[in-house]
Amino acid sequence: MKRYFTKDHEWLRIDGGIATVGITDYAQAQLGDVVFVEIPPVGSPLTKGKEAAVVESVKAASEVYAPISGKVTEANADLESDPALANSAPEDAGWFFKMTVADEGELEGLMDEASYRAYTEDL
Amino acid sequence: MADTVETLEVLPLDVLHRELGARMVPFAGYSMPIQYEGIIAEHQWTRASAGLFDVSHMGQILFDPDADAALETILPGDITGLAVNAIRYSMLLNDQGGILDDLMVTRRANDLYMVVNGATKHDDIADMAARLPAGTRIECRPDWALLALQGPKAVEVLERLAPGVAALSFMRAGGFTVGGVEAWVSRSGYTGEDGYEISIPAADAARVARLLLAQPEVKPIGLGARDSLRLEAGLPLYGHDLTPDVTPVEAGLSFAISKRRKIEGGFAGADRVLGQLLNGADRRRVGLRIDGRQPVREGAPVVVDGAAVGLVTSGGHGPALNAPIAMAYVPIALAADGTRLQVEVRGRLLDATVVPMPFFPKNYVRQGGKA
Repeated sequence: MKRYFTKDHEWLRIDGGIATVGITDYAQAQLGDVVFVEIPPVGSPLTKGKEAAVVESVKAASEVYAPISGKVTEANADLESDPALANSAPEDAGWFFKMTVADEGELEGLMDEASYRAYTEDL
Repeated sequence: MADTVETLEVLPLDVLHRELGARMVPFAGYSMPIQYEGIIAEHQWTRASAGLFDVSHMGQILFDPDADAALETILPGDITGLAVNAIRYSMLLNDQGGILDDLMVTRRANDLYMVVNGATKHDDIADMAARLPAGTRIECRPDWALLALQGPKAVEVLERLAPGVAALSFMRAGGFTVGGVEAWVSRSGYTGEDGYEISIPAADAARVARLLLAQPEVKPIGLGARDSLRLEAGLPLYGHDLTPDVTPVEAGLSFAISKRRKIEGGFAGADRVLGQLLNGADRRRVGLRIDGRQPVREGAPVVVDGAAVGLVTSGGHGPALNAPIAMAYVPIALAADGTRLQVEVRGRLLDATVVPMPFFPKNYVRQGGKA
């Protein structure tokens, strides 16, 4: 399944018209130990590039931006109860939320996995 | 992490930190290790075993022994009555009784040895030079490194390398040899755990640090865990919980105003500080336990009945407690343990309770038995 990546270190995967969104392994390594996540309630409208969620490490609070526009359809309850999943399985069980895809055209501006990994190599 | 344009100073152990895989960040004008393995793992290791901290950014300053009376004009502690090899926690006060820094003073056989915060050391020295009598020796020792070995196993580790240090009690110090290096060893720290602070020539710091790290009980610990450890221990951080706008009484540090000084006064800001001791201050630093799991950070307003009444000065996740904790200044009427109030984070109100500090019990080895 094709995955897309943002410059702000979110990933997204489309499955049956629904996007699953999380933070990348690179992002979790930068953040350090995640102790709290704040995920928008189901139904919340999200706008591409705007704040969608908050991830708090021991050090600081950081924003997670919406990689595309749409509406939240599900929050990861496992992540809310065990925020350390964002460290141990950031690109898998540690996903943040699922959302609708308002405009498939927005996907075109995102990076594929190879481009993203190359992008983080240079950071 | 913001890029900095100013040139950062480099710690004597810079090469070792990078070799150990530290993530380096700018702090107090130095490039410093914020973490190695991870803040929570490092925090828990220090609580369970022994952690090695490089705190060489701190200022180490020497005075002549007879500077004690002059120092008492700017510190509220009893310095003239300090016994040889005894350490006193004190504060540099301005003329309004506001805290310019918090510090440690040790009387040694031939001098007074002061350790001040890294971020404030240059200002402290300028301030002391201006307020102490002309010609007072204020000798900064940037050629010395400072290591802290903290945790319940610190004593067995250091006793192995420097026999005799186990006999020091909390807030006592002495000269020892660690790995062939002359060291000034203090039984003190900033984690709430038993442990030592070890002053050594910077040129020998890497050798001593490698020797300590070679002990199986010891791991390197960064600034991130230093902050979470001191927060759990209820210890204030200068520049955050302590500023020139707060007095020792407001900061909950009245214990550091020695008994004789309470009677005699004679220190900067004494009128205001002693007045607050007698009549109470309007506000006080308190500990907050936050309901739920969301951390609250410095700058968050404390709210009662929808009105902002105070401010969080430091806060975060307490790893050993696995819960969010914070320090805040609140009006004295709201400072009693058990008071329920709220903290505003990103427009949402979180419920919180005033609780006694330390949040996590201290583990000091005091004279005559455990604390």
